[in-house]
Amino acid sequence: MTQSTHNLVDTMLNDFDIAAIRRDFPILNQQINGHPLVYLDNAASSQKPVQVIDAVDQYYRLDNANVHRGVHRLSQRATDAYEAARSKVRGFLNAESDKEIIFVRGATEAINLVAQSFVRPQLQAGDEILISYLEHHANIVPWQMVCEQTGAKLKVIPMTESGELNLSGFDELLTDKTKIMAVGQVSNALGTVNSVKQMTEKAKVKGIPVLIDGAQAVPHMQVDVQDLDCDFYVFSGHKMFAPTGIGTLYGKQALLEAMPPWQGGGDMILSVSFDHTEYNTLPYKFEAGTPHIAGAVGLGAAIDYMESVGIEKIAGYEHALLELATDKLSAMDGIRIVGTAKHKASVLSFLIEDVHPHDVGTIFDQEGVAIRAGHHCAQPVMQYYGIAATARASFAFYNTEQEIDALVKAIHTTQELFA
Amino acid sequence: MSDLRDLYQQVIMDHKKKPRNFREITDANHMAHGNNPLCGDALVVYVKLNGDVIEDISFQGSGCAISVASASLMTETLKGKTLADAEALYEDVHKALTGDKDAAELTGKLQVLAGVKEFPARVKCATLSWHTVHAAVDSDHDISVSTE
Ligand SMILES: Cc1ncc(COP(=O)(O)O)c(C=O)c1O
Repeated sequence: MTQSTHNLVDTMLNDFDIAAIRRDFPILNQQINGHPLVYLDNAASSQKPVQVIDAVDQYYRLDNANVHRGVHRLSQRATDAYEAARSKVRGFLNAESDKEIIFVRGATEAINLVAQSFVRPQLQAGDEILISYLEHHANIVPWQMVCEQTGAKLKVIPMTESGELNLSGFDELLTDKTKIMAVGQVSNALGTVNSVKQMTEKAKVKGIPVLIDGAQAVPHMQVDVQDLDCDFYVFSGHKMFAPTGIGTLYGKQALLEAMPPWQGGGDMILSVSFDHTEYNTLPYKFEAGTPHIAGAVGLGAAIDYMESVGIEKIAGYEHALLELATDKLSAMDGIRIVGTAKHKASVLSFLIEDVHPHDVGTIFDQEGVAIRAGHHCAQPVMQYYGIAATARASFAFYNTEQEIDALVKAIHTTQELFA
Repeated sequence: MSDLRDLYQQVIMDHKKKPRNFREITDANHMAHGNNPLCGDALVVYVKLNGDVIEDISFQGSGCAISVASASLMTETLKGKTLADAEALYEDVHKALTGDKDAAELTGKLQVLAGVKEFPARVKCATLSWHTVHAAVDSDHDISVSTE
């Protein structure tokens, strides 16, 4: 780090009331194996602030009922709370209409929905689906499944040694056979921030629909789906301080209108007889069955919380943490950082020489440091580097400078044990 | 920290750094591939049976310290044993690690494996080579086992 970036990092770190923020996350205040918990596995799942926990709690204590079907007071309140959460998500993504916000279980379900309901009906043998090398399995396997079902081909944007997408041959990958481009905004294995806006622009010029997997982006940066001009955007609540089991599919209204429903059942219909069923309007057409109402309420509260802290501020602080951690680990002997893209968000994947990442994970855990060790559901990335796994520290805005020191200390312990 | 020292105590580190019988047996009459997909541990176990005696046994591959050390210890332990003895040891290790049986009943060097029980996420690492050898002697062609 140069002196000026160093100063910038210092400013960012000092400009943030970290003590107040940590008080909002009760789970952080505990000991693991006699050490304070240092939670650096945020890319897998984030912790929840009391504001989210309380919102879910209050919902169940005061408002719980089924949505869209009762005339009684509680059902009305539950419906209002659920729909208010939808509006918050619309605002959070800057979508045009609430009708474009479909509640699903998470990013995985959203991608499967688009694969089966939007892409599959148009696919012919020989058509192409374009993804990238950096994708999470959730943005690989659903496409392989539709390829198998239709005879379409999966095409992959290659990557470089630094963990960036290699876009030199990108134009040639966008063909008149490409029926969708599905790419991640931020890589969960390496932290690379992809230039999805520019990529989307190029795809749109050729009339190719675009899905962006924002699972690792929404916890860390402001997202504007209209500015990105993508057709679909997906994310999971649990990685952005909301409960598990709730997530969002954003889709442009015209496309969603034209798509057949994915699952059938209650709530997604207007009328049913044995001869004919009239499907409900958007967004309900894609929300068959009783949804995760409390989860949606929690997601709404998580959005309020992030916005009260300030998403720009979160991004700045986390970037400062990442810079600091990257600096410290780079200065250590026997450490290799995997993924050195110019633009990264909150993820530091690394290897300790001669120590398998799973041993690293176990030893860190003994010091209270929670990291992920493994392939991070991104096996092609591991295959690219010829490794089975990495150790991955991933940050959230409740992490601290001291926790980076704990990470460094845990690395020293590991190296000593394996010396 | 003491648990951890127990787990990674000298013998595991020693076997990890200098795995015994880490080679191919070119005239092996049994072999199997063992994979732990979650960790990426991948081992091949070779067995040369003479009647029902394990005349030679070896392994190759890569994995974490626990899976490599366990495989190394296994080859040392099983060499020269009968299939019946090997089967009994396989059962003992399995039970000791999954908590059904007191680890003290594991004999000799295998006792160190008992420490892995305290780390449930790592039990699969320690049992991989044992599952693999079990599959190898049960089959007369190369087969694959997975701990998932
Ligand atoms: C980039 C990315 N996409 C998709 C997913 C899948 O999310 P979920 O398991 O919540 O559906 C993840 C989760 O790790 C991810 O990191």
